[in-house]
Amino acid sequence: MIRAEKLSKRFGDVEALSPTDIHIRAGAITAIMGGSGSGKTTLLRLLAGLEKPTSGHIWYGDEDLCSISDERLYTLRESMGMLFQYSALLNSLNVYDNVAFPLHEHTDLAESVISTMVAMKLEQVGLRGFEHLMPSELSGGMAKRVAFARAIAMDPKIVFFDEPTSGLDPISAGVISTLIHDTSTKNRMTSIVVTHDVKAGLSIADHVILLWQGRIIAEGDPDAIRHSDDERVQQFLEGRPDGPIPFSRSTTSYIDDLTHKPGTVRLES
Amino acid sequence: MSDVFIQQTGLTAFFGKLGRSTLNGFEQLGDATMLGFHALGLIFSKPWQGKHFVLQLYALGVGSLAIIIVTGAFTGMVLALQGYYTLAKFGSESLLGAGVGMSIIRELGPVLGAFMIIGRAGSSITAEIGIMRVTEQTDALEMMAVNPKRRILLPRIVAVILAVPLLVAIFDVVGIGAGYIVGVELLGVNPGAYMAELIARVSMHDIYGGLVKSVVFGFLIGMICTYMGYRATPTTEGVAQATTQAVVIASVSVLIIDYILTSFFL
Repeated sequence: MIRAEKLSKRFGDVEALSPTDIHIRAGAITAIMGGSGSGKTTLLRLLAGLEKPTSGHIWYGDEDLCSISDERLYTLRESMGMLFQYSALLNSLNVYDNVAFPLHEHTDLAESVISTMVAMKLEQVGLRGFEHLMPSELSGGMAKRVAFARAIAMDPKIVFFDEPTSGLDPISAGVISTLIHDTSTKNRMTSIVVTHDVKAGLSIADHVILLWQGRIIAEGDPDAIRHSDDERVQQFLEGRPDGPIPFSRSTTSYIDDLTHKPGTVRLES
Repeated sequence: MSDVFIQQTGLTAFFGKLGRSTLNGFEQLGDATMLGFHALGLIFSKPWQGKHFVLQLYALGVGSLAIIIVTGAFTGMVLALQGYYTLAKFGSESLLGAGVGMSIIRELGPVLGAFMIIGRAGSSITAEIGIMRVTEQTDALEMMAVNPKRRILLPRIVAVILAVPLLVAIFDVVGIGAGYIVGVELLGVNPGAYMAELIARVSMHDIYGGLVKSVVFGFLIGMICTYMGYRATPTTEGVAQATTQAVVIASVSVLIIDYILTSFFL
């Protein structure tokens, strides 16, 4: 169980995440959804310990992630994995070495065993036989699948997925969604998936958290979210341009900005 | 009245900007020092980074060898030419070996060698680390429970500290050799006089001075270039800016520290 209490994050004057309480169920898939700039990636990075919160606590069992030592954090991370939005493969290593990287770093297994484990992970993502390719030789979808194989190489207890289907064609997106669902279910893995892909999020998640402007506006199982009577939730799910969530982020009047611009000739009526 | 007001505002703004820049500079200096020493402190803890250190030493050291040899050769040749025509006015051509040797070992070897290493290896360190930040590779290492300071910064800092004195030594030897060829073979200086004056006038003190300078420069280059890459704004522009700044700051720092060290060794 991961629990966040009054978790908030500011970047200068911008409040990326307002004080928020979150419970992540162990062994379940939690989808954090919301539009661009809603704070979902910030929340994911906070939960993974990649960012320090402005205030609040993140509890992994009885340990507060915000106050543990670096050494302890690295120990905790040996049981975590993360799939980054742009894959974040190590450019200097080929596919095999990328997937084998955590195994080389944290185990004393013989190379023959590691080789078998890498083959198993690559088979899971459908890329066995591509071990020799460098990251620069992979398509976006292939890179995501390699990153997925690397994220689960150590059979982690918790895996973070940052926009796992963004930028992928529908088939690759479907494959990644299925992989997340199947791997999490089989391995009883706690998966936290950040996505703005409504279809993927609702189809694989056990629990959904919907964010808007750094605040949770809805939470529950996918059915509860689908049937929410909150207009903002329905607008997001249906992708409607009009509704309580405005498309424009500007806070000033467009007409006023144009007519009061220095040097602009004002028309008298 | 309004002129006075404008002048005061301008002056206040100037000192405000100066103060902010100074504070920012000191903050960065402190941050760079802490990051560098933190990374160096990890040298005593496991897992050892021996393999990565050797790889970096090869990439930075061997990769810079060609440019060091070319620069060393032409520096020695120009020094011999310039030195010969100056010394010839006083009938002291025999001192050419000592002049070339002392100039290269004391000053030009460490400083020009450091400049070449900054341009060739330092800039690549900053850009490489910066790109790793942009592409979230450092975050990926963090999430794989691998400390990026230990894995990325430490081997590069140690490799540069060791590579600079070795490359400077090669620069010195090539420079003195090239000076010999120009002085003796082209300009007709007596070979015995060239070597005898070189051996007689260049002391171990000069060699130690050059060695200490090159080690200190290696330390500076390693700290500055890794820091600039690690703290680069994770954008394409940010990495480009960090790389330029790393080259400028490292070069200027080398000159400043060179003056301070020279004043100690003289």
